[in-house]
Amino acid sequence: MARRAQPLTLAGIGAAGLVGALILGTAVAVLAEAGRGRLGPADWAALRFTVVQAGLSAALSVGLAIPVARALARRRFAGRGLLITLLGAPFILPVIVAVLGLLAVFGRSGWVSAGLQAVGLPPLSIYGLHGVVLAHVFFNLPLAVRLILHGWQAIPAERFRLAASLGFGPGDVARVLERPMLRSVVPGALLVVFLICTTSFAVALTLGGGPRATTVELAIYQAVRFEFDLGRAALLALVQIALTGAVALAALGAAVPDGMGAGLGRVVARWDADAPMARRVDAVWIGLGALFLLAPLLSVVLRGAPGLLDLPGAVWAAAGRSAVVALVSAALAVTMAFAVAVAVARLGRRSGRAVEATAMLGIAASPLVIGTGLFLLTFPAVDPVTLALPVTASVNAVMSLPFALRALIPAVAAAERNHGRLADSLGLVGWRRHWRATLPAIRRPLGFAAGLAAALSMGDLGVVALFADASSGTLPLALYRLMAAYRMDDAAAAALLLLAASLALFWVFDRGGRGHVEA
Amino acid sequence: MRFPLIALACAPCFALPALAAEEEAQTLTVYTYDSFVSEWGPGPAVEEAFEAVCACDLNFVGVGDGAALLARVRLEGERTRADVVLGLDTNLTAEAAATGLFAQHEVLDVAWDLPVVWEDDMFVPYDWGYFAFVHEAAFDPPGDFRDLASSDASILIQDPRSSTPGLGLLLWVEAAYGEAAPEIWAELADNVVTVTKGWSEAYGLFLDGEADMVLSYTTSPAYHLIAEGDDSKRAAPFAEGHYMQIEVAGAVASSPNLPLAQSFLRFLATDPVQSVLPTTNWMYPAVTPEGGLPEGFETLIAPERALLYPAGQVPEIKAQALDTWLGALSR
Amino acid sequence: MLRLEGVRIRLGDFALAADFALPAGALAAVLGPSGSGKSTLLGAVGGFLPVAQGRISWTGRDLTDLPPGARPVATIFQDNNLFPHMDAAANVALGLRPGGRLSAAERAAVDGALERVGLAGYAGRRPADLSGGQQSRVALARMLVQDRPLVTLDEPFAALGPALRAEMVALVRDLARDAGRTVLMVTHAPEDARRLGGLAIAVGDGRAAPPVPVAQLLDDPPPALRDYLGG
Repeated sequence: MARRAQPLTLAGIGAAGLVGALILGTAVAVLAEAGRGRLGPADWAALRFTVVQAGLSAALSVGLAIPVARALARRRFAGRGLLITLLGAPFILPVIVAVLGLLAVFGRSGWVSAGLQAVGLPPLSIYGLHGVVLAHVFFNLPLAVRLILHGWQAIPAERFRLAASLGFGPGDVARVLERPMLRSVVPGALLVVFLICTTSFAVALTLGGGPRATTVELAIYQAVRFEFDLGRAALLALVQIALTGAVALAALGAAVPDGMGAGLGRVVARWDADAPMARRVDAVWIGLGALFLLAPLLSVVLRGAPGLLDLPGAVWAAAGRSAVVALVSAALAVTMAFAVAVAVARLGRRSGRAVEATAMLGIAASPLVIGTGLFLLTFPAVDPVTLALPVTASVNAVMSLPFALRALIPAVAAAERNHGRLADSLGLVGWRRHWRATLPAIRRPLGFAAGLAAALSMGDLGVVALFADASSGTLPLALYRLMAAYRMDDAAAAALLLLAASLALFWVFDRGGRGHVEA
Repeated sequence: MRFPLIALACAPCFALPALAAEEEAQTLTVYTYDSFVSEWGPGPAVEEAFEAVCACDLNFVGVGDGAALLARVRLEGERTRADVVLGLDTNLTAEAAATGLFAQHEVLDVAWDLPVVWEDDMFVPYDWGYFAFVHEAAFDPPGDFRDLASSDASILIQDPRSSTPGLGLLLWVEAAYGEAAPEIWAELADNVVTVTKGWSEAYGLFLDGEADMVLSYTTSPAYHLIAEGDDSKRAAPFAEGHYMQIEVAGAVASSPNLPLAQSFLRFLATDPVQSVLPTTNWMYPAVTPEGGLPEGFETLIAPERALLYPAGQVPEIKAQALDTWLGALSR
Repeated sequence: MLRLEGVRIRLGDFALAADFALPAGALAAVLGPSGSGKSTLLGAVGGFLPVAQGRISWTGRDLTDLPPGARPVATIFQDNNLFPHMDAAANVALGLRPGGRLSAAERAAVDGALERVGLAGYAGRRPADLSGGQQSRVALARMLVQDRPLVTLDEPFAALGPALRAEMVALVRDLARDAGRTVLMVTHAPEDARRLGGLAIAVGDGRAAPPVPVAQLLDDPPPALRDYLGG
């Protein structure tokens, strides 16, 4: 693969470099402003809590995802494709919307508690570590299901056919086919969920139940916003990056699964799972998974629908701004991801991994520290308000880059593997090669990555809060402002709008990527 | 002695027309918290009223909440674009004054309708309220903190490290119980359902039925009564008295528009602003407007004792109270 | 005897009819143009495709509704005949039983089968370390240890060169004769059909014809097959 450096390869290295500079540079800028920081015992407690909750969340998300993914992998039913798409919704849901939805279901006066009280049992309390973990499982179960389901579908149909011809029962299929697959997919899925949960902020804030549930990101927030201890904030950000880096290194053997952008529509014919018991077990798992993931969404819809048409104009304007930011952010994310993916495919194994790892830093970064650092760096030169939307779009792009990369790196590598030599022989080089040969081959993961980036950006509140004022706010900010003005019904309607906009953005891109080819 | 002071204080009023003649499109930038500028807050009315008399362009910049506002100003330091910072409260003014960024206000002739004597020469109050636990009318509330701690009533509170009401509660317990505060917090811990980042989250959870009571203001029921015609919310009177929040504004010393900024501070105490605050910010006005308080405010509880630490003592008390709080709630 | 009575198989718009009997111990090549339904026929016999109408039986036992693993049929596919993460011996052992440790006798059977297909000494190799021909031999060795009288092969050697293919077909023929198996082998090469040296089933125009001696079919092919053979 040693070819001469091409512009796009350089662009990919450049993009990764920029991401690294943005994440580490802003932390250093904050640290420089502050002189030096010191971490106290509370910060170490926050680190401990972060690790515990992320570990539990990862274990539970992946543990529950296995039976759900198995059931989805081996059952064919009407609406299966729609269900899989909807099951993905929580992952792209704005945190505040999700928390409202979870409370409507699991809160003290939520549906579950109402049911418990009807039979004379005490209501649930979801505040505390278990609440944080519950919310994280809600967010990450869909991702874990997706990754593991992809693992299942990556087992060639022919193997199941072979297994059937050899008279394998379900146990034999599990031992010979499924467990080896899980051994290769599960560690990576655990790693991804763990990393996502380490930077949790809003969930811990609302459901944590008190200061004992303080995550590192939350400690950063308090250091920046309230105690104005920038040095501590920067140090905490570096600790967070070190933590995720260490975990990623420890799990180096575990290749992160590549299921992000792949089609999940295929159902492989299975002869080992026809027993009525297996059918029932699968039906229960699919039902429970769907209930757990969809009931909170349903509550958001029910609560928000009555006020939707009466929403003030400012909210619609904010929604428009959010959509623009989301589109720009998605364009930035996939452009960077494509350049990085090409660079990774072209470069040698070692430098390729380095570029990839740098570009993946976003998963561990603190948006608040990036925002503060950018603020400190740009403030002397420019009015931060004018930068609010561009900065939000860029930072959101960096934060969703890891997911875009997981979708695009394997796809670009596969495209090179499958058609690289053909393209070489036809003299297709440079942009024409990417336009004619690579892009069409990766259209589907590209659409998925763009949809994910747009949806994640739509719901993000992290950075914009630091820069924006009322006239340049995004939809999540408008939602908070409605809540601050006692307008909870409007806020509920705005939450529904946010949910619908996030899902619609994801759906449009993902659909566009699929084109006419049915899954 | 009194006359010259008044004349001095009033200088900006007389200077207004002259200013307008000199520079036509002078812009006054006011940093404030988000909810002040939202279309349901006082911001739009204040902007319209001030621009009608100042012949300037009033530009509100909404920056998170009160605590974030101070962080933002500190982050920007002397390079700040703000001429006025509006939305700090008495628990933050000592730290704000220590930054050295604020000028004296020169607004000395106003008869403040505050439960306490106003002596700060850097910050001007514009509205105030009492912190209180708000509950549904059907709920039978405890009568003080000891009552609350020994009951099984559930409460939603805010984190004192990220929210002004949260900090207010911390100081409330400290002011009411002093040495015994750690004991009160230790016993309150099992009543606390959760601790939220800001007021909005806690109040939203309360309205969704997540707890019996939420830390808010004595004026909160007025919103439901006046804006929604709903009289089902009450604030619980506590025998120890209620801690106060006085919201203030200050002019930035390095501002090139300092005279205009000071005239804005003065303007805040006048009827066009004070008359909109009760039903937009849902707080008591710092100067009762000519028409009195809006109908509905008379239904609110009136605490017998107003608790408030002098601004200068807050930082020290806060640091120690925060340790107590963290200790009690981290167990 | 394998018997297909009034069988119709439907795959979307495509339908294949079959009504014939194949005597036990026969070696039959299945010939026909691409897309004519050769693999469909084998899929139905193996239990991988449902039969819309009719009945498939082996020595009087109705197979029509049995799952693949319960049929007396060993199947060798075009590719993916081996599990890539298992070595040759483990792949062969799957033919004896899918789980658990092998007894000494069973291990001997596996080794014997590998030796019989010319792979003595290759037991520990994984599929990735074996050539295409060797992989086919492992699959044949597994077929040998399987206690299943009927063997279907779906163009198993299509990817091999002519000489190697000839060798493999000869091996299939010898193994099947020695073990008394009945063979249905799809191929698109007439010379493979001749080398198998038994019967031939022509598939075309939506129908699988009853088996006839291979020479007879190839020397006087029906119209559908004639075009395909280019004769």
